Amino acid sequence: MYVFLKGLWKEHPIFRQLLGMCPTLAVTNTARNGLFMGLAVIFVLFFASCIVSLIKKIIPHEVRIAVYTVIIATLVTIVDIFFKAFFPDVSRALGPYVPLIIVNCIILGRCEAFASKNRLLPSLLDALGMGVGFCWGLFLLGSIRELFGSGNILGFTIFPACYNPLVVMILPAGAFLVLGFLVSAMNCIENRRKR
Amino acid sequence: MNKNFFKITGALSFACALCAFLLSFVYESASQRIRENEEKRITSSIEKLAPRAKKIELLTSVEDMYRLENEENQLVGYAFLAKGQGYQGKITLLGVTGPDLKYLIGIEVIESVETPGLGSKIRGEEFKKQFEGLNISDPLSLIKEKPVKDNQIKAITGATVSSKSVVNILNKRIEQVRQKIN
Repeated sequence: MYVFLKGLWKEHPIFRQLLGMCPTLAVTNTARNGLFMGLAVIFVLFFASCIVSLIKKIIPHEVRIAVYTVIIATLVTIVDIFFKAFFPDVSRALGPYVPLIIVNCIILGRCEAFASKNRLLPSLLDALGMGVGFCWGLFLLGSIRELFGSGNILGFTIFPACYNPLVVMILPAGAFLVLGFLVSAMNCIENRRKR
Repeated sequence: MNKNFFKITGALSFACALCAFLLSFVYESASQRIRENEEKRITSSIEKLAPRAKKIELLTSVEDMYRLENEENQLVGYAFLAKGQGYQGKITLLGVTGPDLKYLIGIEVIESVETPGLGSKIRGEEFKKQFEGLNISDPLSLIKEKPVKDNQIKAITGATVSSKSVVNILNKRIEQVRQKIN
């Protein structure tokens, strides 16, 4: 169980390991974009870990990273095509960042560091934990930025109409600001707990 | 030569071939839907801009251009896609004109990645509305004050480059379309 839970908090990919910063900063301008990006990463991470864990013994050691990359790229392309076919709006909003999941270091990192050394079930739990952790991180970041940047969450108006949106929050600078605050909040909580 | 040469190359090639096969299968089953989505977006934008158009027909003589007809098969206008470079990336516009290519019925932004809060306002109603009924016998021009002539567009404050891109993309494409139609 710990294998699953550690991705949600203790080894959280965004706030503890600071991995996958590119989508974290780029697509979290609204809660919905963050959520869909998170879901895409869960899908890719889960199946990549599954396949890597199953074929770890038959891949020659020298080309393992290349093979992992091919597998990840295939899964990402499937997600990209799926979004284009069934969620064209989301696909337009996420733009090039869906194909860029290929170079998201969380996925290759988990394949190399965990799935290639562990059996199927732990690998799946690890992938799910990390994926869900990444997803809630993106969703939280997206919600905060959308709330202050446009007064909505998931398109629902939260702040009254007289609220003057802080446009900086949905611009790249807002991503760095919010991420900084969230990481420091996370460290603060962890330090308190240790004491 | 490394004695593992064939094993390594074989494994990698096999993995690539398998993935390529899988992808071609996935793409094949989804490509129809993706094309339909794109077409649906364009036709629904045309219908919104020109409610009189009941028949939308893709022209074969000009690329990305549609002929619009009413119920009695009379020509009521043309619609065309116009693509070009914006401030941050590609902009794709849809323009709808009257049957004689003398005035614009309206425009829609199909694709753009302009700066949120500034350049992204080219997607806003306030900016798009300016194009309705504009005279396009002469090229459109961009100004910073309130328009006085019927071919002028007021630039968005803080997003001059994005506004200029829209006007330039339209001018270029209208010129091209006019030459092909006449």
